[in-house]
Amino acid sequence: MKHDNYVLEMKNIGKLYSGNRVLKDVTLRLRPGEIHAVLGENGAGKSTLMNILFGMPVIHATGGHEGEIFIDGQAVSIASPFESMKFGIGMVHQEFMLIPGFTITENIKINREITRPNIASRIFGPALKSLDMEAMNSDARKALDTIGLNIEEWTKIAGMPVGYMQFVEIAREIDKADMKIIVFDEPTAVLTESEADALLKAMKVIADSGIAILFITHRLDEVMTIADNITVLRDGELVRTLAKTETNAFHLAELMVGRKVEKIVQESSNVAKSEIALSIKGLKVHMPGENVRQVDLDIFAGEIIGIGGLGGQGKIGIANGIMGLYPAAGQVSIFGKPLALSDTKAAYEAGLAFVSEDRRGVGLLLDSSIEINIAFTAMQMRNSFLYRFGPFSHLAYGKIRKNALKKIADLDIRCTGPTQLTRRLSGGNQQKVCIARALALDPRILLVSEPTRGIDVGAKKIVLETLVKLNRELGMTIIMTSSELAELRSICQRIAIVCGGRVEGILSPDASDVDFGLMMAGDYHKFRGKEVI
Amino acid sequence: MNKLLSSALASFGFARLIIVAFLIVLVIGAAVLGIPLGPLLSNALVRTGMNGIFVLAMLPTIISGIGPNFGLPLGILCGLVGGLLAIELDMRGFPAFFLAVTVGIPLSATVGAMYGWLLNKVKGSEMMVSTYVGFSFVSLMNIGWIIMPFASPEMVWPIGRGLRVTISLADRFASVLDKFWAFQIFGVVVPTGLLLAFLLMCGLMWLFVRSKAGMAMKAVGDSRQFALASGINVDKYRLLSAVLSTVLGAVGIVVFSQSFTFLQLYEAPMGMGFPAAAAILIGGATVRRANILNVILGVFLFQSLLVVSLPVINKVIMVGGVAEIARIIVSNGIILYALAQVSRGD
Repeated sequence: MKHDNYVLEMKNIGKLYSGNRVLKDVTLRLRPGEIHAVLGENGAGKSTLMNILFGMPVIHATGGHEGEIFIDGQAVSIASPFESMKFGIGMVHQEFMLIPGFTITENIKINREITRPNIASRIFGPALKSLDMEAMNSDARKALDTIGLNIEEWTKIAGMPVGYMQFVEIAREIDKADMKIIVFDEPTAVLTESEADALLKAMKVIADSGIAILFITHRLDEVMTIADNITVLRDGELVRTLAKTETNAFHLAELMVGRKVEKIVQESSNVAKSEIALSIKGLKVHMPGENVRQVDLDIFAGEIIGIGGLGGQGKIGIANGIMGLYPAAGQVSIFGKPLALSDTKAAYEAGLAFVSEDRRGVGLLLDSSIEINIAFTAMQMRNSFLYRFGPFSHLAYGKIRKNALKKIADLDIRCTGPTQLTRRLSGGNQQKVCIARALALDPRILLVSEPTRGIDVGAKKIVLETLVKLNRELGMTIIMTSSELAELRSICQRIAIVCGGRVEGILSPDASDVDFGLMMAGDYHKFRGKEVI
Repeated sequence: MNKLLSSALASFGFARLIIVAFLIVLVIGAAVLGIPLGPLLSNALVRTGMNGIFVLAMLPTIISGIGPNFGLPLGILCGLVGGLLAIELDMRGFPAFFLAVTVGIPLSATVGAMYGWLLNKVKGSEMMVSTYVGFSFVSLMNIGWIIMPFASPEMVWPIGRGLRVTISLADRFASVLDKFWAFQIFGVVVPTGLLLAFLLMCGLMWLFVRSKAGMAMKAVGDSRQFALASGINVDKYRLLSAVLSTVLGAVGIVVFSQSFTFLQLYEAPMGMGFPAAAAILIGGATVRRANILNVILGVFLFQSLLVVSLPVINKVIMVGGVAEIARIIVSNGIILYALAQVSRGD
């Protein structure tokens, strides 16, 4: 096979972050004018691969990468984003990299301005040359016309609909001369359906002009609409590279999700669907990056329910909204009693407890001891661990110590003692302290977000087993939010998949990989066309 | 061994080490120059007691995350009003002292609540805002001192109206605490009552920090998000800390004045927040973390430094005002050092 067929070839790419393998032996080939989709869950290695392609500093600061990169058949080493630009690689960002106070033209032409010399520039140097606005405007117009955006090039970015901003980003990339490859990083995530359609059309136009497109996404229907070839990544490894003609959405969904599930709960117990512990109706939560648009969900007493989905789809927002940590609206009731939203105290009084996904930011007082961390919330919300004298109170250090020692033994918290600062603990042990703090409240319903994120295998097992034990022995209702689908499937009785701020559907942990994949991509109803609960 | 030593040094703090070394050098210098050490130590004890409560006033705002309370003049001005009222009502001795405190507390609590409300509006730039709130209030009260309807001839200018700049407490409640149970040992006069008053306030604060409210306040300062997630009303505890600090400022000025034997009005309260902030920082606190030990150690080190450096410098360099200049350089230098540490830490 000849190299010169490919505009870009990434061969056997691998990457280690401080001993952790995040990419292994990934090969990607791109022809001119091809639209190539890269598909994968969060953490599958998509961003790392793109960081390598762009020569991001984070790659070089952590020891570079394995494998080789060829552009037009030439072996290259991309040492910085600036070099990648020189090689003709462009990027349409997920977060808009535009300056709101500038016009479209100014944003498109920034740092590549067309200039004319004048007296000052002749004396003081080229930095003082005049801008040739006319030429710049006409260039910008050309780029905008190419992708079919009918908006004046002198409009300011501020106040523009997000869809337009996306197009301006694209216009900026295609305006660059010698552009060979453009990377689209989840470009439709923030767009409405019609905007997304327009965008896909624009991508086709760009591809037809001979520019190769790398399309990073998790939306299967878009992939099936426009991609020529598809690369599926999972856990940092290349699963398959396929032509669109030899696959379909179900197959892709299965490839994206599929992995061995190790069940901790052996018997699939039937939850008596008699009592509703937590009823959520029309919940909206404004949590930046994890907005919840409209969630309806009933949670039964005594079950472990999982909330899964891809990052940024709103699954994290549900628990945070119920606990009143972010502004929320809708109706939530606990064992039939309505719960005041945006009121954390009320949530605790109703018998909820929460283990936050942000362990170090929200979950811990890093400069306080383990025992104070464990006792803190119960002390404040339930007046436990206190001696009280009328309006005055004093901490009951004896009780605090006794409780901490018990929890340290129960959860196997590895520490030098109950007075050790939580800052000095490993991630797994910090997580156990967070759980112990929630348990000190004696909750009826426990909300746990991302309990195993960033902790080692041993601690993961203890955390998951603890949750099962609490559920079995104390009958505690547990709502576990996690990006790790395999973990949800290992301990939950039902799994609700959230996509686009809504519950896409509820699946049994034994449901097929295809169903999970479709739901996470938000395409379940489109392809299955029926509701399965 | 080396490691152990260096970690012990690190926990004591490099800055504190320099201060202690400097103090030791000064004390040796004083001995060499033939300055009697007994009166110096007596003086240091008195100044520790009279400034101690100001330094303690820094504690609540630091633990609630507001930072050192540079708006301390607010509390001080309220305490001064209490002191003036005691004289106006022609009271003497302990009754006068207690009246001044009793009037100062509710007054400063009210002002402190408004001050706390303001600080909640300017989260993130509390130190700057509090400094200027303090300055503005001092200027406002400059007008107040002129127009307040006090009539006691001890306080009012002989001609016209308005209060004098300094008002003697000699016949009122001067030294009531200093002389209470005072005794002399090895040529050192120990102002028992004054030190007890300071330690009593420290004890109350110690109890408060170990109460439910104290823990909540600490959590608010350590991690706002953690406190919110534990159902704590963050603004309420920040406001409470401002109230506590302002009240301590009011009590502090009454205690300070009885030792100083004068009430100082007009511009005098303006600069009183800075040495207090410097003292707690010398004691090992940062603008984010502090404890009672930092207060006690800090005020003693800082005041001893000033007490000893004054005569030593005066003996070495025969120029008037050098000691005062040195004092200002030391106290502002320490604040600068501590603030530089903050931006690095965050």
